[in-house]
Amino acid sequence: MSTAVQARPADRPRPATGVRAGAVGAALGYLRRNPALLIGALFLFALFLFVAVGKLTADAEEARPLSVRSLQPPSSELPFGSDKQGRNLYAVMVEGTPLTLRIGLIAGVFGVVFGSVLAFVSAYYGGLLDAAIKGVVDVGLTIPGLLILIIIAMNVRGGLTVNQMTVVVAVLAWLYPARTIRAQVLTLKQRGYVQIARLSGMGGPEVIFRELLPNLLPYLGASLVGSVSAGVLAAIGLELLGLGPFEAPTLGMTLYWVNYNAAIINGWWWWWVPPIVVIAVLFIGLFLVAVGLDEIANPRIRNRA
Amino acid sequence: MQPAYVAKRFGVFLLIVWVAGTINFFLPRLGGSDPVRDRLVAQAALGGSVQAGMEDMVAEYNEKFGLERPLWQQYVTYVGDMLRLDFNYSIANYPAKVIDIIREALPWTLALLTTTTLLSWVIGGLLGAVLGWPRSPRILQYLMPPLLALNAIPFFLFGLVLIYLLAFRLRAFPLSGGYQSGTFPAFTPSFVWDVLQHAVLPALSIILVSIGGWALGMRAMMVTTRGEDYVTFADAKGLKERTIFFRYAIRNALLPQTTALALALGQMISGAVLVEVVFSYPGIGTVLFNAIRGSDFFLVQGIVFIIIVSIGIATLILDLIYPILDPRITYRRA
Repeated sequence: MSTAVQARPADRPRPATGVRAGAVGAALGYLRRNPALLIGALFLFALFLFVAVGKLTADAEEARPLSVRSLQPPSSELPFGSDKQGRNLYAVMVEGTPLTLRIGLIAGVFGVVFGSVLAFVSAYYGGLLDAAIKGVVDVGLTIPGLLILIIIAMNVRGGLTVNQMTVVVAVLAWLYPARTIRAQVLTLKQRGYVQIARLSGMGGPEVIFRELLPNLLPYLGASLVGSVSAGVLAAIGLELLGLGPFEAPTLGMTLYWVNYNAAIINGWWWWWVPPIVVIAVLFIGLFLVAVGLDEIANPRIRNRA
Repeated sequence: MQPAYVAKRFGVFLLIVWVAGTINFFLPRLGGSDPVRDRLVAQAALGGSVQAGMEDMVAEYNEKFGLERPLWQQYVTYVGDMLRLDFNYSIANYPAKVIDIIREALPWTLALLTTTTLLSWVIGGLLGAVLGWPRSPRILQYLMPPLLALNAIPFFLFGLVLIYLLAFRLRAFPLSGGYQSGTFPAFTPSFVWDVLQHAVLPALSIILVSIGGWALGMRAMMVTTRGEDYVTFADAKGLKERTIFFRYAIRNALLPQTTALALALGQMISGAVLVEVVFSYPGIGTVLFNAIRGSDFFLVQGIVFIIIVSIGIATLILDLIYPILDPRITYRRA
């Protein structure tokens, strides 16, 4: 998903953004000047490669309990060893990584789309509606999202499934995008070309879709990557607290079992090293891509951290 | 400080408290039935020595929140209970009251969280300020990339690594808990020393992970303030570089950092809750973890309410400090 966003400004000429029309070469040249984007994309690509190769070599059935001998250290048969309940940890990682990422992706896309709609309407039209949306978002962001998610998750009968969990995480995913995108639209609204568009008789929706939206695309991209990351974080947090889908081999549930069985102080290092490495690579990769996209969106100003 | 400004901030605080209570009341009832009652009845049916007490509790709950009463009356009763900090009994540890359990755990969390938040804010801020100034030491520049990478991962993930490296392998620190099991909390030098030793790893996993973010923000602000006219003027006047650095540049870059601190509180708490779970630290996070495992709705609701109100208070304090840092704020219509 990141490649689609990052390729856009370079290979599609768009006078308003001020990005020169160029071919793949220009894009590669740009990547060299934007190492954060390059390294971040490489991190995510490495994860993708791991899952792709894993799908071909691992047996998905072995991500279930009691499928192999329990607590085996890594060997040629079990490259990542097995956990106490007899899951093949290689299969768990191969199945769990896309599952966890999917929760973040769906929640993140929903958050940015819904958040953008609110942000554009709120910032462009202003007035009472703007005050109401801004108020809700400000109070909503003061409250730690994890707590609300805990209350929701606790009240779902019989434990969450992965899909229910995705919905729960998405419930709050729009708050942060709504705030930051609204601020961007507010500054963009004052630019000359937007003023001219309005004076020349363009209606509200037309200005939003033809003038504001295209110019905010790189920023929306960065915002999307940030929300995916936040969604994954929220999911892992819920799972670690024991509110996750107990049947599913997600990364967060693996960490829950690690914590539950005290794998670290029992010396079962192969159980917790893979999920930690995968989660760290995922978060660092997403962070770097977001930083890189931010630089595209805002080449001059690097201060807003 | 203008009364209107203070009044507005108090208004926001009350709004947060009201939201906290309302969420607790309505979210469990969204599904149509009341899972709290179901859980309560199930627990009472289990029997045991405290059964009589549990049945009293079910009766009292039904009287307060029974279906024969209209929703708004139930709601008013609920918010009233919350404001008096009456969160009922803990379902899982029956004769114990929720508020007493929270009262015991809260100081641990407050101590850990305020210390780590302030330390990481100050250390990160200073680091960023030095990095945003010309001729910063080389070593600090090399420090930045690893700190930023750490900043991207959750606190508890780094905590797990610290447990393995420093507690399990090197045995330099205790593995988990808040104090040596078997000892009783008391204000003796040996106990305080023990508590500090137990707090080092949880604190480190919060501080080291958050420093990078604060440093990044501060560095950017310093670069911006460095280009301001008043800094050039101070330089032209021949002021010492130290003075310009501390009194002109940092002083002004501090404002957005303080705003950012207020915004980060919620995330810090969410992160700290998970750190406590990983370290079995005897604070509110571990209590929450156990309450979730025991489906102890009253305890979870009490904790959620208390945490949100604590954040409200912390935000209020920061809001009231802010005009002292930035006198312009009260002139403007806030």
